[in-house]
Amino acid sequence: MIEWFAYVQVAVAVAGGLLCVVLGLAKRVPNDLVLGVLALVELLLVVQVVVAIIAPGAGNPPTGSLLEFWVYLISALLLPPAAAFWALLERSRWATVVCGVAALAVAVMVYRMLQIWTVQQA
Amino acid sequence: MSDARSTTEPAAKPGRMSGIGRVLVAVYAVLALAATGRSFTQIVQRFDEAPLAYTLSALAAVVYVIATIALVRPGRTSYRVAWVTIVFEFTGVIVVGTLSVIRPDLFPDATVWSFFGMGYLFIPLVLPPLGMWWLATHPPRTDAAAPAPGAASDARRAASGGRS
Repeated sequence: MIEWFAYVQVAVAVAGGLLCVVLGLAKRVPNDLVLGVLALVELLLVVQVVVAIIAPGAGNPPTGSLLEFWVYLISALLLPPAAAFWALLERSRWATVVCGVAALAVAVMVYRMLQIWTVQQA
Repeated sequence: MSDARSTTEPAAKPGRMSGIGRVLVAVYAVLALAATGRSFTQIVQRFDEAPLAYTLSALAAVVYVIATIALVRPGRTSYRVAWVTIVFEFTGVIVVGTLSVIRPDLFPDATVWSFFGMGYLFIPLVLPPLGMWWLATHPPRTDAAAPAPGAASDARRAASGGRS
């Protein structure tokens, strides 16, 4: 796991998540901006998957449990598509908030993944 | 406000799933996912270290999954199942939270409920009361009677919110 990339990812997910929550509370229904935030968060997660596959073989092994790391990463990958799908089923303001919650949850999970990779002694 | 409008709403659209209830269900789903993932790794990797804590983790995960499904599904049975699971969660977070403070030796490793869900931003402690409030204000619709006032007003709010 590349540390600066993880921090960028957390920052994007937090900023995007807060934006969606604010938009939802401002009674906006999910629009291209909201779905774009989710798409960006998902794209960064896919990049993270590639990084996580290459890193252990490139002299950057995790200090913690690789299994736990992957459980977090795969769970995180599921969230943005699920939130987007649900948002399109019922396009209400609360669907926008749900998208924000999903992005914030991804931020927490990426931070947890960074901890597992860099500081956890398993 | 009028009864005619309320009764013409499609019966398939459950009152529990519109409006802010969607956010509640989403948070439940995330918590269910987190608890499931965590208990999976705990049990696969080191079940012997803390069998009680890890069994509790797995039980909590299963209950969160059932609660999420029960909240999503319409109908009276799901409504009852949602109540039972949410009360169970609330009991769990209070009992395990208290035990983890006064008898930490019982829980050498964290569960979702340790220290009142501190590792999960206290969401496990806050969510059940919100869920109970939501269920109490959104009882299932009966066939004959008019929908509950809470459900009807919420549906209206969701409808107006969707247009803005």
